[in-house]
Amino acid sequence: MSDKNKTAILLLKDGTSFIGKGFGAPNKTSGEIVFSTSMVGYTEALTDASFKGQILTLTYPMIGNYGVPSNELDFGLPRYFESDHIQIQGLVIHELCFEPYHWASTRTLDKWLSDEGIPGIYGIDTRRLTKKLRTNGDMLGMLHFFDENEKPDFETLLEECQNITDPNKTDLVKEVSIKEPCKYNVDGKLTVVLIDCGVKFSIIRSLLKRGINVIRVPYDTSVDDILSYNPDGILVSNGPGDPKKNTKTIEAVRVLAEKLPMMGICLGAQVLALAFGADTYKLKFGHRSQNQPALDLTSNSCYITIQNHSYAINMETLKQTPLEPWYINSNDKTIEGVRHKTKPVYAVQWHPEASPGPHDTEMLFDKFKKTMEAK
Amino acid sequence: MPKFDWIHKVLVLGSGAIKIGEAAEFDYSGSQCLKALHEEGIETVLINPNIATIQTDPRLSGKVYLLPVTPEFVEKVIAKERPDGILLGFGGQTALNCGLELAKTGILDKYNVKVLGTPISAIEDTGDRERFRQSMLEADVPPLESRSATSVEAAMQIAEEIGYPVIIRVAFTLGGKGSGVAYTVDELKETVTKGIAQSRIGQVLIEEYVGHWKEIEYEVMRDYADNCLTICNMENFDPMGIHTGDSIVVAPSQTMTNREYHRIRQVSINAIRHLGIIGECNIQWALNTQSEECRVIEVNSRMSRSSALASKVTGYPLAYIATKLALGYLLPELINKVTEVTTACFEPALDYVTIKIPRWDLQKFVNADRHVGPQMRSVGEVMAIGRCFEEVLQKAVRMLDIGKIGLVCNPEDYEPETEKHIRDELTNPTDEHLFKISKALRMGLSVSEIYRLSGIDPFFLNKIKNILDMEDKLRKLNLADTEAIEIIREAKRIGFSDEQIAVCQCTNEATIRKFRKDNKITPCVKQIDTLAAEYPAKTNYLYMTYGGDEDDITFSSDTNKVIVLGAGVFRIGSSVEFDWCGVNTVWALKKNDIKEAIIINYNPETVSTDYDVSDKLYFEELTTERIMDIYDKEKPLGVITSVGGQIPNNLSIKLTELGANILGTSAENVDLAEDRSKFSALLDKLGISQPPWSKLVTIDDAKRFAQEIGFPVLVRPSYVLSGSAMRVAYNNASLENFLKLAAKVSPDHPVVISKFITGAKEVEVDGVSDGDNVLIGAIMEHVENAGVHSGDATMTIPPQALKPEVQKDIEDCTQRIVKALKIRGPYNIQYLVKDDIVNVIECNLRASRSMPFVSKTRGINLIDQATLAMLGKKITIHLSPMTATSHVGVKVPQFSFMRLSGADPVLGVEMLSTGEVACIGENFSDAFSKAIQAAEVHISPKDGAILISIGGDKENKKRVVPIAKAFQEMNFRIYATANTANVLNDSGVNATVLYKVRDAQVNPNILDYLQEQKIDLVINVPVTNHKEDYSDILTDGYIIRRQAVEFNVPVITNLQLAEALVDVLKKNDSTGQSICSLNEYMDKIPWKQWQ
Repeated sequence: MSDKNKTAILLLKDGTSFIGKGFGAPNKTSGEIVFSTSMVGYTEALTDASFKGQILTLTYPMIGNYGVPSNELDFGLPRYFESDHIQIQGLVIHELCFEPYHWASTRTLDKWLSDEGIPGIYGIDTRRLTKKLRTNGDMLGMLHFFDENEKPDFETLLEECQNITDPNKTDLVKEVSIKEPCKYNVDGKLTVVLIDCGVKFSIIRSLLKRGINVIRVPYDTSVDDILSYNPDGILVSNGPGDPKKNTKTIEAVRVLAEKLPMMGICLGAQVLALAFGADTYKLKFGHRSQNQPALDLTSNSCYITIQNHSYAINMETLKQTPLEPWYINSNDKTIEGVRHKTKPVYAVQWHPEASPGPHDTEMLFDKFKKTMEAK
Repeated sequence: MPKFDWIHKVLVLGSGAIKIGEAAEFDYSGSQCLKALHEEGIETVLINPNIATIQTDPRLSGKVYLLPVTPEFVEKVIAKERPDGILLGFGGQTALNCGLELAKTGILDKYNVKVLGTPISAIEDTGDRERFRQSMLEADVPPLESRSATSVEAAMQIAEEIGYPVIIRVAFTLGGKGSGVAYTVDELKETVTKGIAQSRIGQVLIEEYVGHWKEIEYEVMRDYADNCLTICNMENFDPMGIHTGDSIVVAPSQTMTNREYHRIRQVSINAIRHLGIIGECNIQWALNTQSEECRVIEVNSRMSRSSALASKVTGYPLAYIATKLALGYLLPELINKVTEVTTACFEPALDYVTIKIPRWDLQKFVNADRHVGPQMRSVGEVMAIGRCFEEVLQKAVRMLDIGKIGLVCNPEDYEPETEKHIRDELTNPTDEHLFKISKALRMGLSVSEIYRLSGIDPFFLNKIKNILDMEDKLRKLNLADTEAIEIIREAKRIGFSDEQIAVCQCTNEATIRKFRKDNKITPCVKQIDTLAAEYPAKTNYLYMTYGGDEDDITFSSDTNKVIVLGAGVFRIGSSVEFDWCGVNTVWALKKNDIKEAIIINYNPETVSTDYDVSDKLYFEELTTERIMDIYDKEKPLGVITSVGGQIPNNLSIKLTELGANILGTSAENVDLAEDRSKFSALLDKLGISQPPWSKLVTIDDAKRFAQEIGFPVLVRPSYVLSGSAMRVAYNNASLENFLKLAAKVSPDHPVVISKFITGAKEVEVDGVSDGDNVLIGAIMEHVENAGVHSGDATMTIPPQALKPEVQKDIEDCTQRIVKALKIRGPYNIQYLVKDDIVNVIECNLRASRSMPFVSKTRGINLIDQATLAMLGKKITIHLSPMTATSHVGVKVPQFSFMRLSGADPVLGVEMLSTGEVACIGENFSDAFSKAIQAAEVHISPKDGAILISIGGDKENKKRVVPIAKAFQEMNFRIYATANTANVLNDSGVNATVLYKVRDAQVNPNILDYLQEQKIDLVINVPVTNHKEDYSDILTDGYIIRRQAVEFNVPVITNLQLAEALVDVLKKNDSTGQSICSLNEYMDKIPWKQWQ
């Protein structure tokens, strides 16, 4: 174990503190502290833009074991990552692996975070932290590194902590969405316009793999601009933060859903629900894991899904819309998927593209393709 | 879909005796299965002759048949009970094979018994290599390049095509029995010949050898509606090539990326869906170390050792849920038993790491090969839970109970070894390979070099290196230095025990403990909740770690709690019987209003480590350090150390010294029984005789004393260098030989020499006392004369050849000894009877191996009574062991010699059996015949053939004449080795000479006859001192015995046993055996005490 690492502190808004060792880039950071119970897939998770504004805690205690792979491209996208860079504000883990081993690894997790300017803390009781978040709900907090001879001044730090802005009140999607449209052409017969609210690259890959051309557009692209691409369908992507912030996207989706086959993923599902007049709310603590059971209400089949969301669709408010519940979570019975009663429009709250996580529901992309072909 | 409404009565097949490859994990899965069935109000019938299991208890199982799990017996039970369905997946390969046979022969159809869960066709697809391969290809799942062969010629052809090396696997055997890697044609021929003989379908598989690839397993569940998920994945620390049962296993996987993890998960699901498994199964994979390429190895279409492990790893009760699925329930309809609110249709998320390490006992066997490879040889396993790899590795090493205090800091770590030897050990691993890695690192071999030789992932090797680095740091550390606190804290985090730190600091454990406590370095209690803290757990499945700073639970101040120490790792001599004792103690504590019955145990195979057996389960080390950590937090009424066999028993005195309250017999009286001198003085005072003995500190004294009392003598050194711990010496030379070569004799390591009485009967009693009243559960008579370890002996209740007055004497001696020792709890006393004189051999103040046998045969739960006594209450059963029942119970050992290449199957004073069974019958013969069949001794047909070979001189050989005559009268063909044949022919037995194996070219030859299955039974009694003679290890006798074992021909090495068998064969012609349940036997007992 390396001794060079500085002492670091994770401080929650309520004053709860965790002292550990810092790693990655020794930068102070703040954000909403969330936990994920995924046991594998840190390279994918850290680059998932849905985590924007969040300090991510991984409950699995040994992290970094297989290092970090290269930036090798596939379909013009980095094969092993979900975006171009690390999206989380900071990383909280129990044990950091200093000597990873894997044929695909090119650097350590520590080095990767350091290269990208992202701070991390290790050596804390992440289970205590998780139980705290489970009980209190996701909390705001900060990560601070102490200099060699720095005397910890908890009072000042706590004061600083009290003034952290809730990232959910800011326009997170704007930060992570693509700035200019971008085309991925596989010479397919179908073309999808992907509304990028912070899209995971695997969603794009899932379409390209099926021979579907993708036009990735900014989250606030107008309906006319979208229709000008003459798409066969619309995919509304995942993304960070409160879905209600994305008024422009909601507006566009409302119009587009009447015209074209549409699939929504995660934030995309919330946006779709909001577009049809349903409501969304913030869960006490989000669903972030690779083992969420999604029950198909039409068949009673249950799928294991990877999820990463803080917000959910209000079941009651669906009643006044043309949408109906499609999937629910078998554990807490929250809405996991909705579909339009008459139109080829549907959305799920989880990530059928997997990466990280299980591939149980990749057939949703096949279904989307079929829907577009049938149009 | 709720359960099928036509299921009212279900037959469950158990796995029989504990053997290598089938151990207590099937007691665990069977018990869960029965629990799940009872919840549904379904009547259950269980067939399992393993009397020491928890599942064979009428309170748990409905009806229990202690009968062999063979088609013949199962059909009789089916005819009698007429169940609606049968479950084949809970009794290992034994149950599965039996079920296949029942299906194939039309018995299930005949009685309209439906196979619940995975259908027969899927079982066949997974069991037959070629069908499996085809099925995988259809499902687009990549199998290994392989083909099956039924002849040596075909095998050679295939190997040529695939290219050497190849691995030979044998279809339908337990735990990979008979498998092996062949690098050459000769090796191929040898393995294939044996494999074809051992396979139930005469088939072997020749396949591509993926040597150093990673070995990965997934546990998969699937319901009737095709919902399918993986509960756990596991990564072998050892690469492919070592049987998973003999591999160190880590769960969840550590070195797999998300892509690898989920790709293999997905193809696993595809494979299982295609096969049509319903319930639970295990799928094994090889994963390339340089790419994402993978190969499916095999599917176990039933509960397995791995599934039991996975249940303990995750807290997900696989067997319980699999039972519900077999009844028709769907996964989303079932509830997660740990959270009690979330669904069972999920995949557990772990926030800890676990490791399993197998426990071998190969050193006990004369001549056994100590390499580990594709054939499983371990007899037990341990699992450790923690928050980092180093921590669990060191915990697990301690749990193995092989005298090591952790991975490092053991005296033998620094014993010199040549680099050549180390390299060889890394390339061709033995049961000690884990410790060779640290030695190699210490000798300066690089991680990459060790990786190249061993195929063990550098990720793991680097972790081992961390442990070594810490040892160095600790050796240099001054506890007074300021950084000491942080270093000790880190050492504790990576699994160093106080004792290890004390070794490095040249101080004692107490000093370190104090330092630690003074500096607030203490472990915390964490809970296993299946969801990594996302939801709160309702159960108390706990472990301790230094990787955290908060206890997950709060401790009630109510002291009405009792800690029960479990049996720890199973090995030869300590097995499921002690788990039965532990679990029954917990049940008894609850009956006696103890608020919290707390178990500490770490054996993943067991029922006692099922979190819903006790109020709290600490899946933890049985070391004084850890027990006191728990004791300090819980502050219980006391600790029970007398129901888990040797491990907890040996901790009693140290725990008492540390201030723990041990329930039961006082430490002082335990010492009185265990200290030979004190016990001997007590016997003298009581006027009870014992074989003469003495404790000696030099070899000369030992020889002098042996002369004085006369040979043979029993030799028990306190320090053994290698091999077995006990020997019989027949002369000066063998005594000296043993003490010089295999042991150490010095004032610090005395040797106990006692008179070995030949031709004596051995008798045991098991019982309980509360200090005033003495209950003797039963008098057990050994069939074999003294000299065979009691764990290997055939025992009968009631005695068959013991005069009533001798029995009375035994009862009387027992009463006096127990009262003198003021025993409060269980006890076991062993006697020798010669010329009607009763001699005491030893007295153990703890539950013995035979506790469940006595309890169930006599219908009195001795553990129930012992618990009363230990709680300071009075026992409630008062009964003489001579009060008869109308039935006879016979317990016989189960050996696993076939698994242990080279091991000599001769019985002696060291225990060699891996398990036992017991059957009950109308009379001895009825019970004995069922019991030996249950122990997989195939009873020869009426007109079979027998090979007799007796060692020693003419007089000695003559002892077999009456037995040979009896066989002749039953129309057996008698074959014998030359000298034995002479004696037999002279005595009027018509014996044909077969030539010895070493005269391979002379015909007719024993080897050919064994190979061609022309012999049904071998009686080979070696000269009595055979085992002592090192130079003569490859005697003809050994070769005959070993060859018989290899070709699956029963070998009897004891004349009393041969006589008993003759008796069975005589009586057994037409009448057949009684088919009665244990419930029926118990109902006939006049006292009704089983509740």
